[in-house]
Amino acid sequence: MAEIHLKSLAHSYSKNPSDPADYAIREMDHVWEHGGAYALLGPSGCGKSTLLNIMSGLLSPTHGQVLFDGIEVNNIPPEDRNIAQVFQFPVIYDSMTVFDNLAFPLRNMKTPEVKVQSRVHEIAEALELTELLKKKASNLSADEKQKISMGRGLVRSDVSAILFDEPLTVIDPQLKWKLRRKLKQIHEQFNITMVYVTHDQLEASTFAEKIAVMYGGQIVQFGTPRELFERPNHSFVGYFIGSPGMNLVAVQRCKGGVKFGDTEVKLEPEMVDLLAKIPSDNIKIGIRPEFIHMWNEPNADAFCCDLVHVEDLGTYKILNLTLNGIALKVRIDEDQQIPKNKVYISFPEQWLLVYVDEFLVDTSVEQEGVNP
Amino acid sequence: MKKIHNNKAWFLVLPVFLLVAFSAIVPIMTVVNYSVQDIFDQNTSYFVGAEWYREMLRSPRLLDSLMRQFSFSFSVLLIEIPLGIAVALMMPAKGRMASVSLILVAIPLLIPWNVVGTIWQTFSRADIGLFGWSLNAIGIDYNYASNPGDAWFTVLLMDVWHWTSLIALLCYSGLRAIPEAFYQAARIDRASSWAIFRFIQLPRLKSVLVIGVLLRFMDSFMIYTEPFVLTGGGPGNSTTFLSQALTKMAIGQFDIGPAAAFSLIYYLIVLLVCYLFFTIINLQDKAK
Repeated sequence: MAEIHLKSLAHSYSKNPSDPADYAIREMDHVWEHGGAYALLGPSGCGKSTLLNIMSGLLSPTHGQVLFDGIEVNNIPPEDRNIAQVFQFPVIYDSMTVFDNLAFPLRNMKTPEVKVQSRVHEIAEALELTELLKKKASNLSADEKQKISMGRGLVRSDVSAILFDEPLTVIDPQLKWKLRRKLKQIHEQFNITMVYVTHDQLEASTFAEKIAVMYGGQIVQFGTPRELFERPNHSFVGYFIGSPGMNLVAVQRCKGGVKFGDTEVKLEPEMVDLLAKIPSDNIKIGIRPEFIHMWNEPNADAFCCDLVHVEDLGTYKILNLTLNGIALKVRIDEDQQIPKNKVYISFPEQWLLVYVDEFLVDTSVEQEGVNP
Repeated sequence: MKKIHNNKAWFLVLPVFLLVAFSAIVPIMTVVNYSVQDIFDQNTSYFVGAEWYREMLRSPRLLDSLMRQFSFSFSVLLIEIPLGIAVALMMPAKGRMASVSLILVAIPLLIPWNVVGTIWQTFSRADIGLFGWSLNAIGIDYNYASNPGDAWFTVLLMDVWHWTSLIALLCYSGLRAIPEAFYQAARIDRASSWAIFRFIQLPRLKSVLVIGVLLRFMDSFMIYTEPFVLTGGGPGNSTTFLSQALTKMAIGQFDIGPAAAFSLIYYLIVLLVCYLFFTIINLQDKAK
């Protein structure tokens, strides 16, 4: 059991980092609590694997501290950190049987053979590997190999956290959900902190209780899948999460709200007041395609859009619209009637979010979300 | 689709057939032809059947050099394979030193056989050679020209110097192909460096080592030039290996018939050993 605290952590691969762009991880503070199941979600190259390797000790951070249960572990090598890591490509010892693979970390610690036997069988049972124990590990399928990699972490009774680095990349799609469910079961059974790196939002939200979204070397939001969906803290989160992502439109201030082109969008008075206090002109509004309201006929509140294209995805449809030259996406139910040429839409107030300098402006908490 | 029968296609195979005929079939059949005849001169020869084969298999000359050959090849493998692996493990993986060490290791491979023989012939001489002279200077009685043990030692040392690089380079490329994640996982599993070698590096070197063992076995089994230049097969016959015994018989004494039978037996042995080696490796792979 361990709480992993990353304290003003930053990392750069260059020797003399000067520019913020030299940093793979920009300064951050983050806590992974005891026994949680977390996902670290972000696009390729955003620094998620770097962050994972810093936690496991394969990399040593340029700045800041890594604390396990309040104790600094910066200088403790991975082998002494009570941590296990599962890599993108399954790592197995091909010349050994499945049993010997699972027993390997225990035997390296000179565990008595009786204990090795019982522990390996227990873990093999949990991972449904019992029937394979006597087989050579090299002939197994990718998902079985990945289970062995995980099993080597689980057999050690001193392991308090398992870090997964995109573990399902090489697994067949139909086996992915099975293995993901297994991971979840294992998490409940062993009560171990698990951090799961992925670029797949579906994987992240099915596995994790809370997701940390990383972008440009920073964790831009840490929350439940629902929070990420409904109130993205950063325009990137809105764009990255959801299928399709959030509609983001650059706007200017105007009386009683904001406008783009000739289109004026009304905002709550508190929001208008708040916006007036902020100096930056980089303002965007965001609304999820699911939350845009579509009217059947013209309406005083509705904006009139041109219908460009309809994507039928089987269970739902996506309308691609243009409003004053701005492209918008609207997600509607499969059986909903599609109007011809002109579509009338409005933005329900509770789902319309405002971003300044890419961060969410929240009227309920004064100034929160506005990055200095 | 209609199947097209066109016998003209055979013409496309013809060049390959001719090439193989001239490079392999014709020479081998010539040797087979010689091996069943007793040849006195260009016009006088008698068919003797398997006579030469029987004689060769009983000949102490062939059997002695065969034993010598096997012990030489096995010694070579026994020294060069572990040494090559060790050298590969010690070579730096990246940076400027990696290129420098690669070049240094590759140098012996670029030197022609007879030059290697000459180098060691001079280097090991007890009177003027640096190596031979130094050994004598520190009190070791060493002379490869008169002592069979010393001659063996020198021939072996020369082969190790010449060919360990091949194994080292093969293993080096094999080691570089191991993904970093394996080492990281092993660290997290708390594997000792011996365990990393035994369970990660060695299994992943297997395929290059199979090639390495095969190449070194075949090459050392056919060794000719280097001992010929260094010791000339002596002192006595102590470093006369198969190919040299064969050459003496065929060209020195012009015993074409027995020499032909000898060379076919020689050829079959190399073939048999390689076949056995491959079969065993394949069986092992299948057994998994």
